[in-house]
Amino acid sequence: MTTTSITPPAYVQQDDDDAPRGFDPQVSHGLYSFARPYLKQFGLSLILMVIGSAAAVAGPYLVKFAIDEGIARNSLPALGQAVIWYLVAAVVQWVATYLRLNIMARAGQSIIYDMRARLFNHLQNLSLGFFSRYSVGRLIARVINDVTSIRNFVTWAIIAIARSLFTLVGTVFVMLALNYRLSLYTFTMLPLIVIATIIFRNKVRSVYRRVRAGNSWVNSVLAENINGVRVVQAFSRQAYNYNRFRNEVNRYLLNNNLHAARLISIFFPTVDFISTGAIALVVWLGGAAVMSADITPGVLVAFVLYIERFFQPIQELSRRYDQFQATMIGGERILELLNTPVEIQDAEPAEELPPIEGHIKFDAVSFHYSDDPSTPVLEDISLEIQAGQTIALVGETGAGKSTLVKLLSRFYDPTEGAVRIDGIDIRTVTQNSLRRQMGIVLQEPFLFSGSIHDNIHFGNLEASYEDVQAAAKAVGAHEFITNLREGYDSQVEEGGALLSVGQRQLISFARALLADPRILILDEATSSIDTQTEQQIQAALALLLHGRTAVVIAHRLSTIVNADQILVMLNGKVAERGRHLELLEQGGLYYNLYRMGFQEQASEAFSD
Amino acid sequence: MKHLLKILPLIRPYRWHLLGAVFSLAAITALQLLIPGIIRDVIDEGLVAGQLQLLVRSAALILALGAIRAGLAAVQRYLSEWVSLHASYDLRNQLFNHIQNLPFTYHDRAQTGQLVSRSIEDVSTVQNFLGFGAIELLQTLFMAVGALTLMFTTDARLALIASLPVIPLVIQTTHFGIRSSQMFYAVDNALGQLSARLQENVTGAQVVRAFAREPYEINRFKHANHDLFKARVYVVDEWAKVMPTSVFLISLSTLAILWFGGQMVMAGTLTIGQLVAFNAYLLLLATPVQELVWLVNTAGEAAAGLQRAHEVLDHIPEIRSPAEPTPLPEVRGGVTFQQVTFQYAGEEEPALSDINLAIAANEVIGIIGSTGAGKSSLVNLIPRFYDTTQGQILIDGVDVRLLDLTTLRQHIGIVLQTSLLFSASIRENIALGRPHAEMEDIITAARAAQAHEFILRTPQGYDTVVGERGITLSGGQRQRIAIARALLLNPRILILDDATSSVDTETEHRIQQALKSQMQARTTFIIAQRLSSVRNADRILVLHEGRIVEEGAHDQLLKLNGRYKQLHDVQLAQHAEFKREIGQLDSSPNA
Repeated sequence: MTTTSITPPAYVQQDDDDAPRGFDPQVSHGLYSFARPYLKQFGLSLILMVIGSAAAVAGPYLVKFAIDEGIARNSLPALGQAVIWYLVAAVVQWVATYLRLNIMARAGQSIIYDMRARLFNHLQNLSLGFFSRYSVGRLIARVINDVTSIRNFVTWAIIAIARSLFTLVGTVFVMLALNYRLSLYTFTMLPLIVIATIIFRNKVRSVYRRVRAGNSWVNSVLAENINGVRVVQAFSRQAYNYNRFRNEVNRYLLNNNLHAARLISIFFPTVDFISTGAIALVVWLGGAAVMSADITPGVLVAFVLYIERFFQPIQELSRRYDQFQATMIGGERILELLNTPVEIQDAEPAEELPPIEGHIKFDAVSFHYSDDPSTPVLEDISLEIQAGQTIALVGETGAGKSTLVKLLSRFYDPTEGAVRIDGIDIRTVTQNSLRRQMGIVLQEPFLFSGSIHDNIHFGNLEASYEDVQAAAKAVGAHEFITNLREGYDSQVEEGGALLSVGQRQLISFARALLADPRILILDEATSSIDTQTEQQIQAALALLLHGRTAVVIAHRLSTIVNADQILVMLNGKVAERGRHLELLEQGGLYYNLYRMGFQEQASEAFSD
Repeated sequence: MKHLLKILPLIRPYRWHLLGAVFSLAAITALQLLIPGIIRDVIDEGLVAGQLQLLVRSAALILALGAIRAGLAAVQRYLSEWVSLHASYDLRNQLFNHIQNLPFTYHDRAQTGQLVSRSIEDVSTVQNFLGFGAIELLQTLFMAVGALTLMFTTDARLALIASLPVIPLVIQTTHFGIRSSQMFYAVDNALGQLSARLQENVTGAQVVRAFAREPYEINRFKHANHDLFKARVYVVDEWAKVMPTSVFLISLSTLAILWFGGQMVMAGTLTIGQLVAFNAYLLLLATPVQELVWLVNTAGEAAAGLQRAHEVLDHIPEIRSPAEPTPLPEVRGGVTFQQVTFQYAGEEEPALSDINLAIAANEVIGIIGSTGAGKSSLVNLIPRFYDTTQGQILIDGVDVRLLDLTTLRQHIGIVLQTSLLFSASIRENIALGRPHAEMEDIITAARAAQAHEFILRTPQGYDTVVGERGITLSGGQRQRIAIARALLLNPRILILDDATSSVDTETEHRIQQALKSQMQARTTFIIAQRLSSVRNADRILVLHEGRIVEEGAHDQLLKLNGRYKQLHDVQLAQHAEFKREIGQLDSSPNA
C-alpha cells in the first residue's frame, strides 16, 4: 500500500517537463497573439463583468438600506425603493452574466479552434525528422490536453480572476466605508491564510508531480497494451499484465492521488475555519460597537454578509493559481511546438517547377543531421540519372539509401552540394510543385481510415472513379477489392486486419500509379509479397516505370537486374556503380552481396 | 442521464465510506444552518437587550461550531475523494482487463485512440463527479431541505412566498441535466474524431508529404475541428442561458422576503432578527444554487463518460473459455480441421471454405498461396484468435472451443506477421509468455532465433530497452526477437506466420537452420513466400481463394504440375539466372 514501494520507469519521470512555473512574459505574449483577434470580446466581457459584479455587490447594501431606512423606520416607500432597486440589480446581473458567458465562451472556443488549426498546419510543414523525435502520444497530448487547459483558462479563468479581484477590491472598499475598524479586524485573518497556503503549496508540489507521472504511466501502459493486444493474447499475458497494471501502475496513481486528497482535505477546511474566525471576531467586537451605538445593527448585518464575499474571492484566486500554472505550462509547450523551425521551407521567391522531364543530378551531395554534425550520413554523392531510367540502390541497412531518396523528394536539404531535376536546384522551387510530380511508395504501406477508393484517390484528387478503378486493375488489386462486401467503398480500419500486408501494398501501388508521377521512388515495396502477387506487381511496375525516371531501393533480384544503373552504397558513399553484369564482373562488393544474398537461398531450395 | 445509474455498482463496495461522507455532510449542513440563528439571537437579544456577555458567548459559539465544521469538512472531503479515487481505480482496472480480453474481431475495427480515451478521459469524468459533483449536489439538496424547513418553521407564509421561484429553478435544472449528458456525449465523440485524425496524420506524415496532400488534410482536420467547435459552443450556449437564470430566480426570493417580510416586521408579526435570519437562510441556498448548474454539468459529463466506458465494458467477448473446460493434461500436438469455413464479419466472401485437414503430432506443415488466399486466417483459428463460422478444429481430438483459452494458447507459440515489441528490455520482451523464465533459457531461445549476437551488440545487451521508448531495431531484428519469444514457450505447436519476411536471405537461412532442430519435436506451421522456406516440410498446403487446392510433399506437388509447379518454375528461373551468372563469373579469370 505504501507509495514509495512502487517506482515508475525512468521515462515516465523524464516526461515530467511540466514542473510548476509562474508567470512567463514570453509565454503570455505568445498566448496573447492568439487572443488578439478577440480583444473586442474580452473588453466587452470585462465591462459586462464589472456591471454584473457591481449589481451583485449592491445586494447586501440594498438589504442594509431596506432594514435601516425602511423596516427600522417603518417607511414603506423606502422599503419599496430598496426592493425596486434590488430587482433592477438582479435583472442587470442576469442580462450581464448571460451576455458575458455567451461572448466569452465563444471567444474561448474560437481561440482554441485557431490554436488547433495553427498547430495542425504547422505539423504539416515540419520536416520528417521532427516526427521521428516527437512521439505521437506527446503530439496528441499537446493538441488535445494542453489546448484544453488553455481553453479553460481563457473561457473561465481570466474573467473569474478579474471578477474575483474586482469583487475583492469592491468589497474591501465597501467594508472600509461601512466601518474601518471592523474591516481591520477582518483583515487580521489574512496573514493566517497566506501562511496556510504557503505550507500547503510546498507539501503538495511533489505529490502533484507524482500524480502527473502516474497519469502518464497509466496512459503509456494502456496505449501499449491496446496496440499490442494481439501479441498479449497470443502469449496469454492478460492475467500477468492485469496484475501489473492493477498492483503497480494504477495503484501508484491511486496512492499518490490519495496522498494529494489528504492534503487538500486539510487545507480547504482550514481556510474555511479562518474565515469563520473573522465572523466570530466581527460579531463580538462589532456587537459591542452596536451596543455602544457606534454602528447601526444594519451595518453589522451587512458586514457579516461582506465577510463571506471577502474570503470567497481569495479562495477562488488561490484555486485559479493552479489553473494559471497549468496554462503557462501548456502554453509554453504549445508555443515550443509552434516555434519549432520549419527546416525545409520554400525559397523566397520560389518558382513552380515546370513539368518534369525526369533528369536527376546529385552534385557532390553530403548530408548529416543537424543535431549530429559529426556523423555524416551521405558523403560527396555525385550521380546522374537520365530521364526515363531506372536506378537501383543496393546496400546494407544504414548505408544511406533512404536518406538519398529523401533528399531527392526534399524531405531533407543537403548540407553540401545540390540536387537538381532537369538542371533546376530543387531548393529554388516550391515543395508542392516538386512533390506533386513525384510518386513515393513506402516500405510499409500506410492507409488512412476511409474507403479504399479514397485511399487510391488520394494520389490524384482530380481523378474520376473510373481512373481509380483503372489504376487498381493495372496493379492487380481490382479483383480482391471487388470481392469485398462494399467493393471500393469498403472502409479501411486503423487496425487494417481486413486487408493483408500484400493487399495494402497493392493499394499503395495503385495510389502511386494514379498520381502518374514523372519521378517514382520505390522503397523495398516488394519485400513481403508472395511470388504470385510479386509477379503481378512486377508486370504493373514495368508499365509504371515505363517513360518515367525511377529510383528503387531494392533487395529483390529481378528489380536489380532490370535496372539501368545500380548504385551500391556503403557507409554513406557510392561504393560501386554500373549495370548488373558489369558489377558482377568487377567481383567487388556487389558480387559479394549478391552471392551471399542469393546463393544460400538457391542452394537450399534447388539443390537437386 | 440514465447512464449515471451505472455508477451504483462502482460505489457499492465503498458504501460505508460513502455513508460516512454523507453523514459528515449532513452534520456540516446542520451546523451551517445554525449560524444564522446565532446571529438572529445576537441581534434580537444581545443588541436589543444590551447583553455583552451574550455577544462573547455567541462569538465563541460561532468559532467552536466553525472548528467542528472544519473537522467534519476535512473528514467528508477525504472520504468522498477516497471513494471517487477507488471507484475510478476499479473502473480503469475493469476497462484495462476487458479491453485486453476482447477478441481480435473487436480490435480489428476499433481505434486505439478511442479506446485509450475511454480509459483515461471518460474515467476521469466519473472521478470528478464522485469526488466533487455528487457530494456537492447532495449538499445542495441537504441545504435546500434544511433552509426551507427552517424558513417554514420561522414563518410559513413568508417561506411559501420565498420558495416560489425555486419551482422553475428545479424544472430548469432537471431539464438541463437531462440534455447535458447527450451534449457531452457529442463533445466526447467529436474530440475522439479529432484525435483520430491527428494521430493518423502524424503516423502517415510521410505519405501526406509525398503526395503533396497537405491542403487536403488541413481541410479534413478543419472539418473535425469545426465539429468539435460546434458541439462545444452548443453546450456553452445552454449553460449561458441556464446559469444566470438560476441566480436571478434566487434573487427574486430575496426580493420577496424584503418586500413582504419588511411589511411583516413593520406590522410587528416578525422581528428584524427573524427577517435577517430568513435572508441568511436564503443566502445559504443561493451559493449552492449557483453551483447547481455546474454540478449538473459534471453529472452530465460523468453520465456520458459512463456511457462510453460501458460501450466497451458491455461488449461481451465472443471468444472466451467455456465454463467447464475439458482438461488436456498432455498435449501431443495433433491438429484436425473438420469442414472448416470461416468468414470475417462484414465480408462478402468466406476467407476459408471447407477446409479438411488431419495433421499428426510433430508434422511440419508449409503453407503457401498468394496474398489474401487465407494463409493467416487458417493458422489464426488454431489458438482461437477467431472462431470458425462452420466446422470445428480439434487438438488431439478435442474441440478447441472446449479448452481453457489460456491453456490452449500456452501450448501454441506464434510469430505474427508484424512483430510488435513492448517498451521493456529485450529480456522482458523475449520472456513475454514466461515472465519468470531463467536467463539461461532466454539466451538459448535468442540463440535459436539468431538474435543473440545482435542483442549483445546493443548498449545494455539483454537489458536494453526497446519499443517506442527505447532504441529502434530493424524489422529483421524485431522479427528475430519475436521468434525467440515463441521458442521460449517451448510450445507443442509452433506457428510461423511469414516470420522471416523482413530479414535478409542470409539471416533467414541461418534462422531456418536453427529452427530445423526446434521443429523436430513439435507440430509446426510455416507460412512463407519463398518456396525455399517450406520445401522441407512434411506436407505443403497450397491455398487459393480460401481453399486448399494442392497438398503434399515437395516432390509430389511438383509432379502435379499445378500451381506449386508454376511458382517453383518462376523461382527456379530466377535461380537459374543466378546460377548461370555465378557460374560464368566463377569460371572467368577476374572473379
